[in-house]
Amino acid sequence: MTFTADEMMAVAAARRLTNDNVCFVGIGLPSVAANLARRTHAPRCVLVYESGTIGAKPGKLPLSIGDGELAETADAVVSVPEMFAYWLQAGRIDVGFLGAAQIDPNGNLNSTVIGDYARPKVRLPGGGGAPEIATSVADVFVMLRQTPRAFVERLDFKTSRGDRVRVVVTDLGILEPRDGELTLVGVHPGVAVDDVRAATGWKLAVADDVDVTAPPTGVELAALRSLESIVRE
Amino acid sequence: MADIVTLADAVRELVHDGDTVALEGFTHLIPNAAGHELIRQGLNDLTLVRMTPDVVYDQLIGMGAARKLVFSWGGNPGVGSLHRFRDAVEHDWPAPLALEEHSHAGMAAAYAAGAADLPFGLLRGYEGTDLVAHTRVGTVTCPFTGEELTAVPALRPDVGIIHAQQADRKGNVQLWGITGVQKETVLASSRSIVSVEEIVDELEPRPGAVVLPAWVIDAVAEVPGGARPSYAHGYYERDNEFYAAWDSISRDRDTFASWMREHVLGAVAA
Repeated sequence: MTFTADEMMAVAAARRLTNDNVCFVGIGLPSVAANLARRTHAPRCVLVYESGTIGAKPGKLPLSIGDGELAETADAVVSVPEMFAYWLQAGRIDVGFLGAAQIDPNGNLNSTVIGDYARPKVRLPGGGGAPEIATSVADVFVMLRQTPRAFVERLDFKTSRGDRVRVVVTDLGILEPRDGELTLVGVHPGVAVDDVRAATGWKLAVADDVDVTAPPTGVELAALRSLESIVRE
Repeated sequence: MADIVTLADAVRELVHDGDTVALEGFTHLIPNAAGHELIRQGLNDLTLVRMTPDVVYDQLIGMGAARKLVFSWGGNPGVGSLHRFRDAVEHDWPAPLALEEHSHAGMAAAYAAGAADLPFGLLRGYEGTDLVAHTRVGTVTCPFTGEELTAVPALRPDVGIIHAQQADRKGNVQLWGITGVQKETVLASSRSIVSVEEIVDELEPRPGAVVLPAWVIDAVAEVPGGARPSYAHGYYERDNEFYAAWDSISRDRDTFASWMREHVLGAVAA
């Protein structure tokens, strides 16, 4: 079965979640991956959205972190101050899924500005929950498309810290920290290591034995497409 | 004690040029009608506060009503950037916009501190980020353990504005579903306005609801549909198509201005 690079990225990220995880989910790519995991191999994975919904079980992909269906299907709905203090800060959430505009070799992320802070070339939405997600969960999973503009030696702005980043899943492959530096450990089917090097804005470290990601199964692809077909009008 | 008034009268009486105003709502129950009323009454020089400024803040900023924004995530959820916000920050159009930028955890703590009449909110946060150099945060040392913690100055808006599902005839307010930071917003603010979907004889208890007694609110206005294009749990759904359409409406200054003339400035006040 044929599949797109974005589909491979979503499937590869979803595979990292297990039934034992409580996962703080950002909107966009992370929400796709987390919902896919819940629909396939990890039905008991607990999804937490920063709007205050704990244990959300949406039937379709939410467009925003506060869609009504998240509240209707949640085990509990709490206020936003409670979410960040009692649940995130207190360490009750073990995985945080983050996206960003830029990432550096240490897994630090930028979702604030491109260019100078006071007079940016591009003003991005900002950090939202990311600064404290990155320091409160045990494991940070990052998802973003791999380009030299996104994978940069130096961030324009450090929105969140990289010390708890355990994996970066891109549309080309999988990076994990080795001695603190993101290292290519896997490539998706049809992608060469040199393709990933060319899409990285620093001299990319490559593991001795680079795995090739197993392609999406029919079950994974069907679940992903049924999720996405509902959100796209 | 809450007066039950029209939204136009509530805004006229309680909001002034130069005020610090927080219109809160976390995707759900966003007080869009009240934001439009601020624009129609030509309020300006406002410091706008909101964790997640979205379309209605894009409109206020694009119309030149704000001089400063205190926020933690400014975007169109699931769609992309806020183009009027970007234009103000990147090109000073239609006016320069000062920023005080926080994280969600920091702003939530700052609202809770405001509600509790404490000078600052306390958290573990911001550390090791570039935000520290660009915003108002400090550190305090725990007198019991010696741990160093982050302090964010309390949010104390002049006016807090929220939208809720129901009020009773005395002005007691009930909201349910995702209730965000709205309770803290009302309690942290010197004055408050609540628009509601409907005024009922008696509030029926709901699981997980937030109830705000009439005596902590200044004005209640009945505005059916007052959260649109956001949603009101139990009343109507989020207009996701409008949020997607806003991307192209707001991208161009002239298209934005004519949309505002047609849909906000020309509209009759509630």
